[in-house]
Amino acid sequence: MTPYDERTWGADMDLFLQRLFDALTNGSTYALIAVAMVLIFKATTLINFAQGEQAMLGAFIVLQLWKWGIPMWGAVVIGMVFSGILAACLERTFIRKFDPADHLPLVIITLGLFLVINAVAAIIWRFDPLSFPQLFPSGRAVTIGNARLSWYSIFAFGSCLLVLFVLQTLLTKTKIGLAFRAVSSNLESSRLCGIKIGQTLQFGWALAAAAGTLGASIYAANPVLQIEPTIMLRALIFSITAAALGGLDSLWGALIGGLTIGFVQSVVVQYIPFIPNEMTLAAAVVVLLIVLTFRPSGFLGTKTVERV
Amino acid sequence: MTDALLKVQELTATYGQIEVLHGINFEVRPQEIVVILGANGAGKTTALRALSGMVQTTGSANFNGSEITNLEPDAIVRKGVAHVPQGRGTFPELSVEENLKVGAFIRSDNEIKTDMESCYETYPVLYERRMQSAGSLSGGEQQMLAVSRALMSKPILLLLDEPSLGLAPQIVEGLFERFVTMNQELGTTMLIVEQNAQIALAMADRGYVLESGEIAVEGEASLLVNDDAIRRAYLGG
Ligand SMILES: Nc1ncnc2c1ncn2[C@@H]1O[C@H](COP(=O)(O)OP(=O)(O)O)[C@@H](O)[C@H]1O
Ligand SMILES: [Mg+2]
Repeated sequence: MTPYDERTWGADMDLFLQRLFDALTNGSTYALIAVAMVLIFKATTLINFAQGEQAMLGAFIVLQLWKWGIPMWGAVVIGMVFSGILAACLERTFIRKFDPADHLPLVIITLGLFLVINAVAAIIWRFDPLSFPQLFPSGRAVTIGNARLSWYSIFAFGSCLLVLFVLQTLLTKTKIGLAFRAVSSNLESSRLCGIKIGQTLQFGWALAAAAGTLGASIYAANPVLQIEPTIMLRALIFSITAAALGGLDSLWGALIGGLTIGFVQSVVVQYIPFIPNEMTLAAAVVVLLIVLTFRPSGFLGTKTVERV
Repeated sequence: MTDALLKVQELTATYGQIEVLHGINFEVRPQEIVVILGANGAGKTTALRALSGMVQTTGSANFNGSEITNLEPDAIVRKGVAHVPQGRGTFPELSVEENLKVGAFIRSDNEIKTDMESCYETYPVLYERRMQSAGSLSGGEQQMLAVSRALMSKPILLLLDEPSLGLAPQIVEGLFERFVTMNQELGTTMLIVEQNAQIALAMADRGYVLESGEIAVEGEASLLVNDDAIRRAYLGG
C-alpha cells in the first residue's frame, strides 16, 4: 500500500468511528423516549403519541426552573416529578374513562394531547430556539485518530443505562411494579387479584413521563442543539421506530432499537450520498420493515405489532 | 339451617344489550362445596363473573352480610371472594413465585411467606418451578398455580370456573381431591362451575343446573347424581 492509501484508510476509519459515536448520542435519546413508550405499550398495547410532547414540556419546565435559579440537576429532578404528576393527571382525566380494549378513541386522545401540549409550549415559550444549560461536562473524553467521543455522549448513554436499571428494579422489586407487570400480562386476572387497574396504569404513565422528560432534557442539552417546541417531533418518530424495532414491550429492546436507529441515521447520511438528511427517517423505516419481516415482534419483544 | 354465606336473588347479567342470565337464585352456605352444572353457553362463566363484578348485573348478591353487586372487582376480592377464571388465568410472563405474590396483592400482613410455603408444600412441583415463568408450566401445573394464587388472598369463598377443562382424568382426580382437603382443612367455601358432572357431584354438597341462563334443577348432590334427567343430559346415561 502506498502512504496515500494508508492515509485515506485511516481517515475512513476515523469517519466511521465518528459516526458510531454520533449514533451513541442520538441513539440514547431515542432510547429514552422509546423506553417511555414501551412502558405504556407493555401495559395497554397503546402507543402514546403525546409522549414526545410531554417530554418536551418537561424539558421546558426544567429550563424554566433553572432560569429561576435552581441548580441544573435539581431542576431536572423536579421537572421529572412534575411531568410524572402531570401525566398521572392526564391519565386520570382523559384516558381512564375509555375502554382500554378500544384503541381508536385512545389514539385520538393521545394525538389531541400531542397538539394541545405543543400549542401550550409554543404560547408560553414561543418558537425561538433557546439555549439549554449543559447537563454534563463539556469537551471530548476520548480521541481516536480524528474521531472524538464527547463526555456528553458518554453521559447520555450512561443516563440511559441508569434509567433502564432503575425502571427494571422498580418493576421487579416493588409491589406496584409487580402489579404493573401483572396488568401487562393479564388484565382480567389482575382485576380478579384485587389490583386497581386505573391506579396501576397511572403509575405507568407517570414513570414513562419522568423517563421521557429526562430523555428530552438530555437531548436538549446536546451542545449542538437548542430547545424549541418542535424539538421532539423528529425525535418522536425515530423513537417510535426504535421502540418497534426493539420490540414494543421490551425495555432493553428500546435501548437496542434506539442505538440501531441512531446508527442507521448517522451512517446513512455519511455513506449514501444521494439520500439527503431529511430522508434518514425513510432509511430507518426500511430497516424497521426488514427486521419486522424476520422478527415480527422486534429484537426482544414478545407481542407483535398489530395496530397503529 | 345456617344463614347463607352467599345469597343470590333475581340476578341478571348482560353483555351490551344481550341478557345472558335471566334472574337466577341460588345460595352457598358456609363451608359448603356447591357446584353449578350446565352445557356450553348456559351462562356458568357469566354467573361467576357477575359475582366478581366483571359484568353488568341487576338483582342482588349478598355475601357475608353485605351487598356486592355494586362493588368494583378489587373491592369484592377484598371482601374475601377469590376467582379462578376459566382457562386458569395465570400471568404467563411472571414467574410462579410472582404469580403467588400477585395473588397476595390485597394483603399486607407478615404471613404471606408462610402461606406461600404451604402452597409449595401442597404442590411441590410449584416449588421446583418457582423461578420459571408460569407460561412454561403444563396445563395441570397451571391449574395448581391458579388455585394456589387464589388461595394466597385468604378467601372465604373460592369461585372455580371449570377447573377440569383440558386436563387428563388422573390429574383432575388429584385436583378435586385437593379441593375437598382444602375445604375441610382451611374451611374454604367453594362454588365450582363444571361440565364434568360426574366428578363434581361426587365431591359437592349441593348442585344447581343452569340452562340458557336459568336455574333448571337444584338439590343435594347425592340426589342429583340419581336424577334421571341429569343422568341423561350430563352423565352420559
Ligand atoms: N364477552 C361476551 N360478550 C357477549 N356475549 C358473551 C360474552 N361472553 C359470553 N357471552 C355469551 O353469553 C352466553 C353464556 O356464556 P358463558 O357464561 O361463557 O357460558 P358457559 O360458561 O356456561 O359456557 C353465551 O351465549 C355466550 O355467547
Ligand atoms: Mg364457561
